[in-house]
Amino acid sequence: MSEHKAGSNLEKVLSAGHFAFTGECGPPQGANVPHLIEKANHLKGCVDAVNVTDNQTAVVRMSSWAASLILLEQGLEPNFQMVCRDRNRLAIQSDILGVYSMGIRNMLCLSGDHQSFGNHPESKNVFDIDSMQLIHTVKTMRDEGKFLNGSDVDVAPKLFIGAASNPFAEPFDFRVYRLAKKISAGADFIQTQCIYNMEKFREFMKRAVDMGLHEKCYILAGVTPMKSVGMALYMSKQVPGMDVPQSLVKRLRGAGKGKVAEEGIKFALEQIEEFKEMEGVAGVHLMAIEWEHKVPEIAERAGMLPRPIV
Amino acid sequence: MIVAESKPIKELLEMVKDFKKILVVGCKGCVTVCNVGGAKEVAILASTIRISGKKEGLDVVVGEHTLERQCDPEYINELKDVVGEYDAVISIACGVGPQFLSERYPDTRVFPGVNTKFMGGAVEHGVWSERCAGCGTCVVHNFGGLCPIARCSKSLLNGPCGGSSSGKCEISKDVECIWDTIVLKMMEQDRLDELIEFQAPKSWTTARDGGPRKMIREELVK
Amino acid sequence: MDDFKPQIVAFCCTNCASSAANVSHGMKKALPDNIKIIQVPCTGRIETLHLLKPFEEGADGVYVAGCQADSCRYISGITKAAKRVAQVKDILEGISIEPERIDVFHLSAGKGQEFVEVADRMVNTVKGLGPILTA
Repeated sequence: MSEHKAGSNLEKVLSAGHFAFTGECGPPQGANVPHLIEKANHLKGCVDAVNVTDNQTAVVRMSSWAASLILLEQGLEPNFQMVCRDRNRLAIQSDILGVYSMGIRNMLCLSGDHQSFGNHPESKNVFDIDSMQLIHTVKTMRDEGKFLNGSDVDVAPKLFIGAASNPFAEPFDFRVYRLAKKISAGADFIQTQCIYNMEKFREFMKRAVDMGLHEKCYILAGVTPMKSVGMALYMSKQVPGMDVPQSLVKRLRGAGKGKVAEEGIKFALEQIEEFKEMEGVAGVHLMAIEWEHKVPEIAERAGMLPRPIV
Repeated sequence: MIVAESKPIKELLEMVKDFKKILVVGCKGCVTVCNVGGAKEVAILASTIRISGKKEGLDVVVGEHTLERQCDPEYINELKDVVGEYDAVISIACGVGPQFLSERYPDTRVFPGVNTKFMGGAVEHGVWSERCAGCGTCVVHNFGGLCPIARCSKSLLNGPCGGSSSGKCEISKDVECIWDTIVLKMMEQDRLDELIEFQAPKSWTTARDGGPRKMIREELVK
Repeated sequence: MDDFKPQIVAFCCTNCASSAANVSHGMKKALPDNIKIIQVPCTGRIETLHLLKPFEEGADGVYVAGCQADSCRYISGITKAAKRVAQVKDILEGISIEPERIDVFHLSAGKGQEFVEVADRMVNTVKGLGPILTA
C-alpha cells in the first residue's frame, strides 16, 4: 500500500497511518439541492470522506453520482456508491468513466437491497454482475486499463475501491472468507455494517487479522448511534443481517426518558475508543443517517477532530 | 416441470364476457401435475363458467377438452374439427399452449387461463418451488449442485450478500437463502477453496436476455 | 321471498352422518323434503367438481355432512372434504355467489338431533339468501 492508486483524501489519510473517520449523507427524494448541501455541510471538516448512497433500500433518490458532484463542489470528498441492482455492465463501466472524469476518486461497490424493499417493487432488477464482480471491474479498468470485454480504456479511471462487509450475516464462519475474496478481487478499503455486538466483531477481526487481511486492505468499523429504544428494536427485528444484543436494548431502556439518545451516543463513543486500539481496524465509518447535525459533536467527543490534512 | 397458477376467476370471466360459446382446453403435461390445467381442472373451470352464466341469465355454452400436450402441433391439430364451434378458447396449459393454439387457429380468440410462473418441482404435496431460470448455461455443479441464478433473489454468483439471515433471504422469511445452503454444504464437503474462487461475470447471451431462443436437433430435422 | 323453497343437496358419509340420520328417523324427527341426500362411503371421496355440479343443475345450496375431524373412519376424509368445500367457497365468491351457500358439518354418529338441526340451519341460511339467479 505504498504508491497511491487514486490519490483521494481518504486514501492519503489511511496510507499515512492516520485513524480514518468517514461519514454518510443520503441524497434527497427529489432535486432538493439546498437541503442536500445543508446536510452535507454539517460533515465538513469532521470527516475524511462522505458516503453518498445509491437509491438506498431501493427508494428512488437523486443519483449518487450527481449528489457526489454537488458535495465535491462544496469542498467535501464523496465516497461515490454504486449498487448492482439498477445497472447492467454497460451502464456501470460507463458511469465509472463518467464519475472519474468529473473528479470523483472513491467508489464503494455494493450489491444493493432487493427492490421489493423499496418504493418501486414492480421494477425489474438488473444484477447483471454482483458486487464481487463490480470490484473486479473497477480494478481491471484502473490497473489494466481494460473493459470487461478485454478492449482498451483510453484513459484509465483511478478510483480508490471500497466494498462493504457484514460480519453479522450468516453463515458467520464464511464471512471472513468472503471479505478475503473481496480483497482479492481488488477492494482497497472496507466499511463494515454497523456494529452493536462487540464480542462477535472482536472474533471477526481476530480471524481477519490472522489471515493478514488488514495488511492488504483498510478495514473501517461501522458505527450508527442508537437514537431511541424504538430504533434499537426496529433494527434488531426488521433489518436483515443486523445483530443488536439484548444488553444494548436494556441499557437504552434504563437510560430514562429523554436520555436515550445521549446513552446511544455514549455507547457509540465507547465503541470508537475500542476501535482506535483494535488490531486491524484502520478507522471508523459513522452512519448518522438523518442525524448529520450531530456528527460534529460526536466527532469532537470521540477525539476525531481536527481531521488530518495530508 | 413448468409450474403455473390459475388466473383469478374474476379476471377470466372479464376476458370472456362477450363470448357465448367457450371451449376450455387442458393439458395432460406439467399443468396436470401441478393441478391447475388437467382434465379435472378443465371440468371445474367449465362448471364454474356455466354456473356464473346461469346466474347472470346468459346463454353460455362451455365445451371441455384435454389434449395430451399443447406444445406439439400434432396434438393441437386434434381440435381442428371442434374449434370452429366456439367463439373463444381458454387454454389452461402453460404459456406455450395459448400461443400454439393462436398460431394454428388464427381466427379463434384464445385466452390464457393460467399464469405460467417457473420451472421447478414439488417440495411437498401441494407445494412447488422454483429451481431453474433457463439461463442456458448450466453450472450448478460449481455451487454444490444448487442454482444461484434461479434461487438467489439477486442471482449472485459470489454470494451470499449481507442480507442473509438465519438461512433466509432478506426479501422474506419464506424464501430460503440459497447461498447459505451452498456455503454450508460446500464447507462441510471441505470445498472452501472452490467457494473462495472468484466467479467471473456471467454471459447472459444464452439466457432470455440474448433474445428469443431455439433448440435444434439437426439429426431430426427433415 | 316467503314462498322460496331452496333446493339443497347434502353429501353424507355412510358412517357418522347416516348413523345420525337413522337416529333422527328413529326419533321421528323429519328432514325437510327439499333436501336431496347423496350418500358417499366417505366425504373424502367428494371431488371439487361434485360440489359444483349441483349449482350447475340448479341447486341453491350444498352441504357436506361427515364425521368429526378426529373420528373420521378413514382418518383424513372429512379434513380433505372441508378443504374442498373451502375451495368451492372461494370459487363461488369469485363469481359473485354467496360462499354461505356451501358448508361442511361435523356430526357424531349418535346425535340424530344434530342431523336435522344442520339441515334446518342450511335451509334457513339459503332461504335468507334467496335464489341465485340475478337476472
